[in-house]
Amino acid sequence: MTVILNEGDSAGTAGAAQGSPVDAAPEPDKAMTRGRLVLIRFMRNRLALIGLIIIVAMYLLAFVGPLLSQWSYEDRDYSAFLQPPYADHIFGTDNIGTDMFAQTMRGLQKSLIIGLLVALISTTVAAIVGATAGYFLGVADKALMWVVDLLLVLPSFLIIAILSPWFRGKSWWLLVLMLAAFQWMITARIVRGMTLTLKEREFVKAARFMGQPARTIIAKHIVPNMASLLIIDATINVATAVLAETGLSYFGFGVQSPDVSLGTLIGNFAQSATTFPWLFLFPAGFLVVFVLAVNWVGDGLRDALDPTSTRVRRKEKKDTKEKAA
Amino acid sequence: MTSSEILFDTPADPAVEGPVLQVEDLHVSFPSEAGRVQAVRGLSYEVSPGEVLGIVGESGSGKSVSSLAVMGLLPESARISGSIKFQGRELIGRTDAELSKIRGRRISMVFQDPLSALTPVYTVGDQIAEAILVHRGGSVSKQAAAKRAVELLDLVGIPNAAERAKAFPHEFSGGMRQRAVIAMAIANDPDLIIADEPTTALDVTVQAQVLQLLETAQEVTGAGIVIITHDLGVVAGFADRLMVMYAGRAVETGKVEEIYQQPRMPYTLGLLGSIPRLDVGEKQALVPIVGQPPSLTALPPGCPFAPRCPMVVDACHTAEPPLIDVDGSAEHRAACIRTGEIAATDSEGAEAAAEIFGAEVVEEAEIAKVPREQREIVLELDGLVKEYAVNKGVVFKRRVGTVHAVDGISFDIREGETLGLVGESGCGKTTTLMEILGLEKPMGGEISVLGTNVSSLDSKRRFEIRRDMSVVFQDPMASLDPRLTINDVIAEPMQVHGYSKDEINRRVPELMKLVGLRPEQLSRYPGEFSGGQRQRIGIARALALEPKLVVLDEPVSALDVSIQAGVINLLEELKSKLGLAYLFVAHDLSVVRHIADRVAVMYLGKIIEIGEVNSVFDAPRHPYTQALLSAIPIPDPVKERQRERIILTGDLPSPANPPSGCRFRTRCFLHASLPPEKQRTCIELEPPREVQAEDHEAACHFAQIRQVL
Repeated sequence: MTVILNEGDSAGTAGAAQGSPVDAAPEPDKAMTRGRLVLIRFMRNRLALIGLIIIVAMYLLAFVGPLLSQWSYEDRDYSAFLQPPYADHIFGTDNIGTDMFAQTMRGLQKSLIIGLLVALISTTVAAIVGATAGYFLGVADKALMWVVDLLLVLPSFLIIAILSPWFRGKSWWLLVLMLAAFQWMITARIVRGMTLTLKEREFVKAARFMGQPARTIIAKHIVPNMASLLIIDATINVATAVLAETGLSYFGFGVQSPDVSLGTLIGNFAQSATTFPWLFLFPAGFLVVFVLAVNWVGDGLRDALDPTSTRVRRKEKKDTKEKAA
Repeated sequence: MTSSEILFDTPADPAVEGPVLQVEDLHVSFPSEAGRVQAVRGLSYEVSPGEVLGIVGESGSGKSVSSLAVMGLLPESARISGSIKFQGRELIGRTDAELSKIRGRRISMVFQDPLSALTPVYTVGDQIAEAILVHRGGSVSKQAAAKRAVELLDLVGIPNAAERAKAFPHEFSGGMRQRAVIAMAIANDPDLIIADEPTTALDVTVQAQVLQLLETAQEVTGAGIVIITHDLGVVAGFADRLMVMYAGRAVETGKVEEIYQQPRMPYTLGLLGSIPRLDVGEKQALVPIVGQPPSLTALPPGCPFAPRCPMVVDACHTAEPPLIDVDGSAEHRAACIRTGEIAATDSEGAEAAAEIFGAEVVEEAEIAKVPREQREIVLELDGLVKEYAVNKGVVFKRRVGTVHAVDGISFDIREGETLGLVGESGCGKTTTLMEILGLEKPMGGEISVLGTNVSSLDSKRRFEIRRDMSVVFQDPMASLDPRLTINDVIAEPMQVHGYSKDEINRRVPELMKLVGLRPEQLSRYPGEFSGGQRQRIGIARALALEPKLVVLDEPVSALDVSIQAGVINLLEELKSKLGLAYLFVAHDLSVVRHIADRVAVMYLGKIIEIGEVNSVFDAPRHPYTQALLSAIPIPDPVKERQRERIILTGDLPSPANPPSGCRFRTRCFLHASLPPEKQRTCIELEPPREVQAEDHEAACHFAQIRQVL
């Protein structure tokens, strides 16, 4: 089939064949691709932008900070016990002379890396399980959803607490896997629901009727069309995972000593919060700021990716009012 | 209709003089990402009591927005200026509370989607009674309102009104819901009814019922009616005056007859020329209006239609033409500087459009000249059956019934031929398509593609046969993956079927040219294209594997009329150049008549009439085909007013419980007119498909020709 219509020979397509002169209208929108639009909308949200800067800064600080400090989190300064912040120890020291800055950075590092990994793993698992169940339905759906329901009713905190003696002394990777294992179920259910609707969309049917195998359809058509949900979910999951990890570590079930995380620090020094506030305030402050920043970014992403979001319009109204005034 | 006398004041309330509604220099704008959208730009019109004004335009022309402005229903972000006077009182600037006293009482509205216009949690009767109580709560008791709701439902032709008033909206069919909405609209005897695309969401047979009902409503209330539509056929027989809108302004107004016969604005001409006509047997040249409506954020100076106008001259770009009187008549006005030249052409209406826009009839394919019997059979269906089980129970599912979606249908399509498959929604058209495209072993009967029976296929052979068959879907927005570039969309079928990279890179631009798009646009995403262009991309994807058969599922019904013509023309050209066979599913019989060689009419999972398209349309034998054809409005006011319409009563019966014997008998006018002994034949015996004429079969015991066009 190498027939090419001569552009002039058909009244029907002549206009559209020449294209540009007639559809002059959409030309100005050309630069406005979806990605750009999302970026513009995101950048306009000041809180989200601040949140993003905070998150990037925290990751930088957590990994670069310790290199700049002369103390490691395991070192002890026997000349300084329970010192408030001063030039040598900018965050002060604890009762055995460990530098609080080094400890907080180490804790932040651990918490952030665990948060990031848990979010990535749980969102990936959720996408795969949800899309598989929703696309194939039948037995696969029943089995996977049974697992989801089972995991949902299990008290995750209790189980990790019970298992904690077993992974004492083992790699912190186990903790990541445990946390991820209990965090993907709700997202998987949402993904399944979205797959059910996407599956009925005509482009998925078209792919099926041209003979595209199911796994390619899921990878190429279904998952990318849920990207906005997955991105938002992964972002929020980072905060949830960090909170879960700190919670567990606070009670001594998470990261095990001698390693530290924000949770162990907060747990260790909670009693000193009123007497030696720097021991408690620095780790707790980092935790609060981080979770807040992640939530701002999550909100900003949701607004930017969701075309029906009203925030931008409200903003425009405000702007025009100001101009009118 | 004795009740109407008690219910309504005398038509044309003498207390009010002059027009009911006067809109002057109305401007409406909305904020958007790209700047303010000037949705309505200086619109003026008036409606007299008892008059029907039709507002016609493409989507985005501002027709709905201007009516919502009248109702005061625009979102807060909209900025409105100008004047809207209802019975001499200014509406702009009034508070929502003040407007609420007028809305529903003096002005009422019928919306496009009857499902979302009714609250799902209240009964239909309660909702109508509420409309009365809200405005006359003081003087009308609850019981009286409920009684009146029943009377109104009866008036709008809902059988068993007292019973049905207690039903919930989901228990009503689409047509009945729209009737209930109309009952609500006339409940308070309004002076103005605004109907926004009241029939667009409905089937043709139901559309005819609803239009007739609106006429009745107008008679009993004496109200002025504004009917908004994109379909020039709908308003031809119903409206008194017409206003054509383009880019937020009126571009032509006048009496219906004048506009249809002597359109004086190229846009109106184009619209008229772009509609396939049901009453034209020979091949007709369809006028596509190239391009698409301008973006309303930053309009360049000059006539907004100029970029799409075949008669454009330099003067068109300098200033926007005002509405001026044409042909020396104060009633007929058009916004074009070259009206005189359009008036000078010899031909009238659609023919003038073809002449001015330079549309030509598409040539027939080479293969079509070979007699039908000698051509290869591309697709053959023999007694295809598809049933769905109706299950009940949560833990233990038990089967309580069967939906006979497709109940033994047979037809064949030969090389280079188009078969149109038509019928109301719910008749099994789409199920048939999905069965064909699925290539699985059917529940009953046989499907053969290019002589291969699909029941005998293994998965490898099934994959191979998918090359010869492709599909174009209805919704151009949903049929392309928004995350893929156009290049990836068109390349996908070739990747699946193992074409080499070089071959794909060579063929994709070729396909783009083939469907009339520029290859430079390949790296863009579907979101950047208009509906018509997307449908062309969908067609390019369907042609990628050089199929023998293309299945078209309502390919043009989601497009605006002017765009629709371009896509129909493209499909015809492709068929002629590539010798394709089409299975064309549609509910628009005018389009089918234009494009199809043969047509099959489906009713409740059965084909009740099939044959050569002109034979079926000019001499329909089955009462259902006759009713279907007569329900389709013809865009010609004179013809349309003379036509006798067969109005089918009721809705499509449930396919879970079809009537015995002939399935159509419950709605059949012929059956109703027969003596009882003949009626028994219809009730007891299922009519077989019998040959009526050369290549024309119908399934009716008492088939007789009846001309309806």
